Amino acid sequence: MITELGHFALILALFVAIIQSTVPLVGAARRHVGWMAVGRSCALVAFGLTALAMLALMHAYVTSDFTVINVIENSHTDKPLLYKITGVWGNHEGSMLLWVFMLSLCAAAVAVFSNNLPPALQARVLAVQGMIAVGFLLFILFTSNPFARTFPAPPNGQGLNPVLQDPGLAFHPPFLYLGYVGFSVAFAFAVAALIEGRVDAAWARWVRPWTLASWCALTIGIAMGSWWAYYTLGWGGWWFWDPVENASFMPWLVGTALIHSSIVVEKRDTLKSWTILLAIITFSLSLVGTFLVRSGVLTSVHAFATDPTRGTFILLLLVVAIGGSLTLYAIRAPALKGGGLFAPISREGALVLNNLLLSCGCATVFLGTLYPLFLDAMGGPKLSVGFPFFNRTFAPMMVPMVIAVGVGPMLAWKRGDLLGALQRLWVAYIATALVVLVAFYVTYGGPVLAVLGLGLAAWLFTAVLTEFAERIRLFRVPLSDSVRRAIHLPRSAYGMTFAHLGLAVSVAGFAASAYAQEAIEILKPGGTINIAGYVLTLENVTRIPGPNYMADDAAIRVTRGGELVTVMHPERRFFPLQQQTTSETSIRTNFLADLYVALGDSDTEGDWTVRVYWKPLVPWIWIGAVIMAFGGVVSLSDRRWRVGAAAGASRRRNAQPMPVAGE
Amino acid sequence: MRTWFLCALLLMASLSAHAVEPRERLADPALEARARTISSELRCLVCQNESIDESGADLAHDIRMFVRERLTAGDTDAQAMQAIVSRYGAFVLLKPPVERATYVLWYAPPALVLLGLIGTVIWLRRRQVVPADAAPLSPEETRRLDGLLRENDG
Repeated sequence: MITELGHFALILALFVAIIQSTVPLVGAARRHVGWMAVGRSCALVAFGLTALAMLALMHAYVTSDFTVINVIENSHTDKPLLYKITGVWGNHEGSMLLWVFMLSLCAAAVAVFSNNLPPALQARVLAVQGMIAVGFLLFILFTSNPFARTFPAPPNGQGLNPVLQDPGLAFHPPFLYLGYVGFSVAFAFAVAALIEGRVDAAWARWVRPWTLASWCALTIGIAMGSWWAYYTLGWGGWWFWDPVENASFMPWLVGTALIHSSIVVEKRDTLKSWTILLAIITFSLSLVGTFLVRSGVLTSVHAFATDPTRGTFILLLLVVAIGGSLTLYAIRAPALKGGGLFAPISREGALVLNNLLLSCGCATVFLGTLYPLFLDAMGGPKLSVGFPFFNRTFAPMMVPMVIAVGVGPMLAWKRGDLLGALQRLWVAYIATALVVLVAFYVTYGGPVLAVLGLGLAAWLFTAVLTEFAERIRLFRVPLSDSVRRAIHLPRSAYGMTFAHLGLAVSVAGFAASAYAQEAIEILKPGGTINIAGYVLTLENVTRIPGPNYMADDAAIRVTRGGELVTVMHPERRFFPLQQQTTSETSIRTNFLADLYVALGDSDTEGDWTVRVYWKPLVPWIWIGAVIMAFGGVVSLSDRRWRVGAAAGASRRRNAQPMPVAGE
Repeated sequence: MRTWFLCALLLMASLSAHAVEPRERLADPALEARARTISSELRCLVCQNESIDESGADLAHDIRMFVRERLTAGDTDAQAMQAIVSRYGAFVLLKPPVERATYVLWYAPPALVLLGLIGTVIWLRRRQVVPADAAPLSPEETRRLDGLLRENDG
């Protein structure tokens, strides 16, 4: 009964979305206030309906209703409650429902929080979001219905893939989707602006908080996925350039470019049509990412053949959404004239460079991900494109970018003084040189590129701090003055500083991962492994029952210089239902390096394969990502966004101080 | 989101062995180090973008053993690589070969950056021409304007 209510709510949501995507649009064209207001009510109702559908599916999972096919395929009565709930989006149908739920959440947020928008713009934004919702709801209802039933019900379900029963992965999809879907707001704003034929500083300012919020969610989502891979796969890899990862990385790259280019629109009233294009591309890549991952096309083009309805529907949706918006762009963009002029060496110039490199980086990832599929579909040779390709193409683009991140914020708007900025960065040169020399000395004979990577991180870190010190005029005015300046700096300035520092921290983590050490041995209880000054002794392995698995739990004593450091407990878990074994690694971190232990197979004589890795600075990769996202949140909390939001409609077009990271 | 490849991986290796196994290793550390370097650039055929050095699949194990056989038989790195490609196809190479079918793949990224830079320069130049219609500022005016602009930025 509740399942049918969920299904019914979803059908109703489709009809509401159809109204939301048409009536406000007509209203906006005819300046009919009542018709325009329909968009807001529809968005709120659609949100309520999709939330109902989501809750209905969760209910089916929590109560283990095995008449619902989706529950049979992905759940089991013995599964812990947490994974019964998160299992809702651990499959194709459920994840699509989550997607559409997030979409309606965003539309409702626009309806509630953007009441200060001109009514016509708000109506158009909501209409565009309605159109996206229509596409997705049709897709769910006709090809991927999570509420389909079967009778008679089987006694129990097939359970969720054990590797998905993990807290890190349980919350990875919601963050990722919030990021993907959040970019739909920027997309809707872009399309609405194209329909209106007007993009100005105020527009950029309305879009920016949405873009920032989505970017933060996506950053956290990607970091979670990478961290999960790190602790799950049993050998400590954290990025594989596999198509699924690339699918989430592409919108992140362009989204990052979008955040930066919208600053230029806001502050200098130029780069308008480019920003609109970026907004369209960011969301298009989110769509491509969602669909390609979920349809299985990435693993093989032939996945389309196994389920042609879904495949065709997806293609059609992508063509309409991306093709339609780009066509509109081609027609209307030439009318968008940019205002502010600037010299190549200027803050604007630096942001253009940032955009150029990020976009080319994204294009490279796109090519590396989809070219093998394209070649395969054309009947060409089958190819693999892995890390050696990206290291040779993507990485060289990011090196100048990271260098430029250090200099860009030091340049003035309109016309900057590059030589002056480079002179003022003298501390950064010293820091870089010191780090490079020390790293080279300590790791003599090791990988040279990693030394340069560490130097790059040191450069960025000190350059960002230099810029901050300059902003508060540290050591140039009395300290109390500097503190006063620091207190009064806009939050968006702090946001930029944090985000850029986070990047530096992550870069250090990427670079230092080249210094990892490994030791793989077959041990009997009592046997030892030496690595990086630690001595690890396998004490014993005991069998412990879990809720829906059997675990072999190893106790490994770690000593350093004869002193006990810790006892680590890596596990191997056997899930009888799926006949699968997963490895539960044990990681001890001191935030400078991880000691990483995984338990391997055992043989009949009671020998265990034990893998131990020592990974310097690797935790910094995720710490950096969290700092980056934190920077985004700090910038989001800037008071001036809210001041802007509260301002009356009449004052909106007046030039108020715009919160801009680089002010 | 990495679940798809893991599903595939776990299906193939239902009793998951991990990456390179101690028993596979060669006694000669120099030879073993070469084998590891070669393995890290070879793709496990049943997983997504994991190298055979990292993958627990049975097929990855077979390829790892084959690499070590070739090296023990006295092959150079290049010869071993050649033998692997002729046995498993170019698909195993994580680094795609540079050939006619992959020119676009390899040369498009640097070409894009180059074209982007050229395009940006042309765009900037064209924009700088626009205000030439207006009467140019006198040096005195320029100086004052710069001063004002700097004040605004502060």
